[in-house]
Amino acid sequence: MSKANEVIAPNVAAHHEDHDHHSHIPKGITRWLFTTNHKDIGTLYLWFAFIMFLIGGAMAMVIRAELFQPGLQIVEPNFFNQMTTVHGLIMVFGAVMPAFTGLANWLIPMMIGAPDMALPRMNNWSFWILPGAFLILLSSLFLEGGGPAFGWTFYAPLSTTYSGDSTALFVFSVHIMGISSIMGAINVIVTIFNMRAPGMTWMKMPLFVWTWLITAFLLIAVMPVLAGAVTMVLTDKFFGTSFFDAAGGGDPVMFQHIFWFFGHPEVYIMILPAFGIISQIVPTFSRKKLFGYASMVYATGSIALLSFVVWAHHMFTTGMPVYMEMFFMFATMLISVPTGVKVFNWVATMWRGSLTFEMPMMFAIAFIVLFTIGGLSGLMLAIVPVDFQYHDTYFVVAHFHYVLVTGAIFSIMAAVYYWLPKWTGKMYHTGLAKWHFWCSLVSVNVLFFPMHFVGLAGMPRRIPDYALQFADFNKWISLGGFAFGLSQLIFLALLIKACKKQGEPVSSQVWEGAEGLEWEIPSPAPYHTFETPPVVK
Amino acid sequence: MTQANANNKMVIKLVVIVFGMFGFGFALVPLYDVFCDVTGINGKTENTAAVYESIEIDESREVTVEFITRTNTGMPWEFRAQTTRMKVHPGELNTVSFYVRNPASTNMMAQAIPSVSPGMAALYLNKTECFCFNQQPLNAGAEAYMPMQFYVDPQLPEDISYFTVQYTLFDVTARAGDMKTKPNPYMVPQPESGR
Repeated sequence: MSKANEVIAPNVAAHHEDHDHHSHIPKGITRWLFTTNHKDIGTLYLWFAFIMFLIGGAMAMVIRAELFQPGLQIVEPNFFNQMTTVHGLIMVFGAVMPAFTGLANWLIPMMIGAPDMALPRMNNWSFWILPGAFLILLSSLFLEGGGPAFGWTFYAPLSTTYSGDSTALFVFSVHIMGISSIMGAINVIVTIFNMRAPGMTWMKMPLFVWTWLITAFLLIAVMPVLAGAVTMVLTDKFFGTSFFDAAGGGDPVMFQHIFWFFGHPEVYIMILPAFGIISQIVPTFSRKKLFGYASMVYATGSIALLSFVVWAHHMFTTGMPVYMEMFFMFATMLISVPTGVKVFNWVATMWRGSLTFEMPMMFAIAFIVLFTIGGLSGLMLAIVPVDFQYHDTYFVVAHFHYVLVTGAIFSIMAAVYYWLPKWTGKMYHTGLAKWHFWCSLVSVNVLFFPMHFVGLAGMPRRIPDYALQFADFNKWISLGGFAFGLSQLIFLALLIKACKKQGEPVSSQVWEGAEGLEWEIPSPAPYHTFETPPVVK
Repeated sequence: MTQANANNKMVIKLVVIVFGMFGFGFALVPLYDVFCDVTGINGKTENTAAVYESIEIDESREVTVEFITRTNTGMPWEFRAQTTRMKVHPGELNTVSFYVRNPASTNMMAQAIPSVSPGMAALYLNKTECFCFNQQPLNAGAEAYMPMQFYVDPQLPEDISYFTVQYTLFDVTARAGDMKTKPNPYMVPQPESGR
């Protein structure tokens, strides 16, 4: 790594010339439009993700209001379908993924001792094309015929033969989201490969950096496949090709294979960085080293590799031969082994640690418990014969909301509560944080836990109306949903206060047990950090 | 090597991977067909006529073949198999006739797509003649009896004694272009002055 030392120094000098003085921060809107600073771009990503989270959440409120009681009360079925579709697209591509990219931008350079991301101008582009993509997607809702209504998985022929003209807008917006993610991923990989501080060897990298590196490779492997899938939908719908049209020699089942070849690694794209975050937080508040660092790295790698050979578990009911169902069932169950390694490592890290329960730790513990519930329901869904019953029911909805809301999103909240004092230099309002945590924790379980029951009882997903026997549970689910939605306004209030720099000043280490390069620089983190690379021992 | 050079080299490699994976997405289309052809797991039958020559008929074995017909959503044609179930000996040549009628007021073009269940059996169903090999035009109000001639390969695995052939009829009028170029060879002659 001594070689890296030589090569970083000239770049730092060049950087200095760009901004004649390193404490000079541009003012006004142009600061944000033209910024190439990883911290600014990280902030932009995080705010964008939070706004998208609120918009996607508002759509979830529409869905839950309609499902509050049986019958059709509030919205038309077609609009209901648009809500489920766009809610899914926004939460996946607009909230969870940009939030993780924002955290990567803020944290990876600080964690590996780099002055910035490797490709700062591309970094600016990869953020600023995102608002356009979502503007296109959201504006399609207001067009005649409405926006996409075929579910976020856009199965053919729903998205080809039976979709509206706004499908073209959907396709272009997904293209732009994909390009943005790919550029972000390339930036992360190049940064981690080329810009680590001297002495920051692979097996010394913080786990957040490791998990993001593997996530970035997943992104460049599967986002192009998604781009291919939407392109085929576009040409099938508008240009007379027959990729998915049986009448022209195509095959609609093939759509599902191509989509889930992207889609399954995609779910790990949304959870691996979460594993990294939890692996940073739990040791801090246990005041112990992370238990089984190397096994965490290898487990992350194995999950990423296995994610490419399990896609057809989403398709057990399409009429696959039994031996293929067996293969995908066992490959899927195999993933629970490295995932289990991670969960046990976190628990072992806490074992006999000097635990304290600050906000990040509360969210991390909630993550471990609730993500495990989501993981176990996933294991149930992996079992072929029972999947025939669970398929396309609310049980599936319960499963992926446990892993994505109480998994991915709780980890993002944990990360914000963990690193926010480092970003602003002030401790946030812990009273509001506690309200946010407890309200979210209770309401999210009222919201998603009963979905298991209605799902097992046979309530299908993606319907605006349902049979009377599901009425009581749905009322509870909707009440939980409204409460969870309102709880996020507490978070909004806390974030606004934090951005106004209200609160007690914090030390550079912020948390007593925190270790790592980002805790060695002052709080708030200066605009430019590590212009001279630190030496990692 | 400077930092910028190292970065550029790496970016180029990663962009190549990105384009490679975009291509791979499209390569999945032919790969999927090849995979299904080889393994026969998709229930797709050959789209070209098989040649029937000097095949030994296995009189000791009897296989039940069932025929199901359906029309795709929005396809108004009547479509049914004249024989819905038959017992055949492997190697023996059989013919089934399918009835279609176009009740619409316009001339239409249809394409039948076969699907065999269990999918494995598709590899052993050999069709010497089938209406599904070509698009089938039918004038408004016309009807036709379309033949399908097949034999079951004697190599059919022992555990398959029963399989189903399903034909789905798709409306391909929009993509067929000119309707008058080819009359349906199987069409039932129409009385001159309509009905």
